[in-house]
Order: sequence, then structure tokens, then C-alpha cells
Amino acid sequence: MIRFNGVGVRLAGRDVLSDVTLSLSEHRIGVVGANGSGKSTLARLLNGLALPTSGDVTVFGHDTRRHAARIRRDVGFLFTDPDAQIVMPTVAEDVALSLRRKGLSPAEVDERVREVLARYGLDRHADHPAHLLSGGQKQLLALCAVLVLEPRLLVMDEPTTLLDLRHSRLVADLLRELPQPVVVVTHDLGLLDSFDRVIVLDQGRVVADSTPGPAIGHYRKLMS
Amino acid sequence: MTGVYVPGDSPLHRLPAGAKLLGLALLCTTLFLLGSPLWLGGSTVLVVLLYAVSGVGPGAAWAQVKPLRWFAVALFVMQFVLVDLHGAVSATLRLVLAVALAGLVTLTTRFADMMACFERCLAPLRLLGVDPFRVSLVLSLAVRSVPVISALATRVREAQQARGLSWSVRAFAVPLVVSVLRHADAMGEAMSARGLDDH
Repeated sequence: MIRFNGVGVRLAGRDVLSDVTLSLSEHRIGVVGANGSGKSTLARLLNGLALPTSGDVTVFGHDTRRHAARIRRDVGFLFTDPDAQIVMPTVAEDVALSLRRKGLSPAEVDERVREVLARYGLDRHADHPAHLLSGGQKQLLALCAVLVLEPRLLVMDEPTTLLDLRHSRLVADLLRELPQPVVVVTHDLGLLDSFDRVIVLDQGRVVADSTPGPAIGHYRKLMS
Repeated sequence: MTGVYVPGDSPLHRLPAGAKLLGLALLCTTLFLLGSPLWLGGSTVLVVLLYAVSGVGPGAAWAQVKPLRWFAVALFVMQFVLVDLHGAVSATLRLVLAVALAGLVTLTTRFADMMACFERCLAPLRLLGVDPFRVSLVLSLAVRSVPVISALATRVREAQQARGLSWSVRAFAVPLVVSVLRHADAMGEAMSARGLDDH
């Protein structure tokens, strides 16, 4: 599904990632590492927001260098700060904006927007100004705007960092229920308990790659 | 235009966005052509009636003109001193009524409908290579950025207060501009991720 082949990324004269070779096909994959270890860059490589300086990244058979726009249709991306993702003034309008390129009728757009908002408990807020939502609700809205497109893969960059405990748990529960594969970059180690695979990055290199137990143990040792 | 749409089913809500914008332009132009206090009084009654028909409620109506109150007072005083009472009443009333009418359009029109209307109006510019979607998206981003920049400004001010710093334009403006630029970068990246630049 996803292949990193000898990938290196150099930004502002610094090697952010070095010689990363991975093959990702599990359903739930976590990425952990210290600040500046290259984990957000690794996530951005998955939908062509960042491009490798050396090596190549292939997602669903497409090279991210040549087919970034195509890949973005298949790979949904959730950022840490939902305020940066919300473009339209109201909740329903922002979700509907995602469907613009789908060529759906207004009635179909309305139906899909209503359905996804109801699924994540935001239907009561459909016509509310997005900036008046709580931080957790904004993150749910950003998630709805991504999921309404039914992406084949979802990438999340620290989705719970700005959330309180209740909303963090809510996002963790939603993660478990999502039908598509998910790659999550996080500092929230509890989120990774039920994951299939955890990758640990240190100074731009993969230093551990296994099931959650051993990988998180390695990460804890690294940080102590 | 900062997302104050009030859901409803009034005749004003059902009117197409283009018709409302055209009506707004005509009414505002008429307001500035009217000189008689009698006509301006009639216009005030019309605006009040339109608000009543829309059913948005007095709170939403007041929120449209409230930010204008100090400016309206200053305008009235200036006109009264420089012109006369009639000039002061006319100028202030025209301004308040025009803002109230614009607010009414915003209160009864979904922003997406407004965007769609702009895109239709700008469609002929495609011949010149202009993408109407991008233009309406820029407008949408401008509207969406108002509460975001306001929140960033509050954060910078609170950080200064927490550090016990006295008020300084430079100490306020520099972190605010840096935060706004960072936000713009993040928003650009998020829009790319959502495929909004794939046109």
C-alpha cells in the first residue's frame, strides 16, 4: 500500500529524514518520536505535502512526486490545529466545501454533509459559526471535512495534542471505528495501545518498528 | 459576514443570494440619493419591517449595528458641528440603515450561497484566465480569518499581560504578524491537503 524507498528529506541544510525504507500495510500504524525527530515530515510525505529529497514514496502504486494531486484524493490528512483546516464560516458549509469537486447535486451534498455531521455528533451545530465551536468540536469538524470524502487512507498529525481528556478519548474511540487504514503521528502513547504497528523515529531515522509494546518501551528508554 | 447566518424559512431566507445582493445595492444607492427626512424616516420603517419579516430576532439585529455606535455618534457630532442638525441626522441614519441592510443580507444568506453567486457573476472572467472559484475562496478565507486573527491578537495580548509587559505597539504587532504568517502557512498546507488547489 505505502512504500518508502531509501527516503531522505533535507530542509534548510538539515537532514530531517535519512534513509527511511518502510512498507506499510497494517490497519493502524502509529509514529512516535521526540520533537524534531522527523515524524510530521514523514506524515506529510504520505500525501505529497512534503517531497523526498532522495529516494521515493509510493502510495497506492502512485509516486508522490508525480501524482501528488491524485494521491491527495485518496489520502485524507488531519492536522494538529483544526483552525488552520476550517475554511468556511459555518460547520455544514465547511464540510460541503470538501465535496465541490465530486460533481454531486446540491441535494446529494446536503445529504452527505448531514450524514457525516450526525455520525460525529455535530448535526446540532450544522449552521453554527465554526469559530464558536470548542477545540474538540473543531477537531471533529476537521475530521468530518476529511471523512466526507471517504479517503482510502487517513493520516493524522498529533490529532489529540490540543484536546482535553474527554475529546482525546472521543478521537481515540473514533479511530478504532474507522474502516480505512490510519497512520497517526502522536505523543499520546495511550492512543497507540490497540494499534497494529508503531514506528519510532530519532533524529530522522527509524530506530524501532514493531508492535506497540516493544516499540513504546524503546521510545520510553530513548526519552529517559 | 463572519458566519452570523441565522437559519430560518422567511421569504428573505428563500430569496436567492443574487437577488438580495442586487436589492442591497439598489436600496443603499437610493438611501444616499434621498435627502428628505420624511423619506429617510420611511426607509427606517422599511428596514425595521424587513427585519421583522426575516424573523432573525432583535438580538441579531442589534449585533449588526452595535459595532457602529461610537462611529455613528462621532459622525453625528461632526456633521452637526460642520453642517447642521438635518445634515447630521441624514448622514448618520443613511450609514446605520445601509449597515443594517447589509447585515440583514448576511443574516439570511448562507455564505456558500453567497460564494456560488460570486462565482456565477465572475464566470465571464474565465475568458481572461481568472478562476472564479479561487476568487470566491479568497473571499471566504478573508471572512474566516477575522475571528482567527482576533483570537491570535487576544492570545498575544494575554501573553504580554501574563509577563507583566506594558503596552507597546511593537511588542504587540511583531508576535501577532508572526502568528498570522504561521497560520497562513498552515492554512495553505491544509487547503492543499484538502485538494482545494487542484483546479
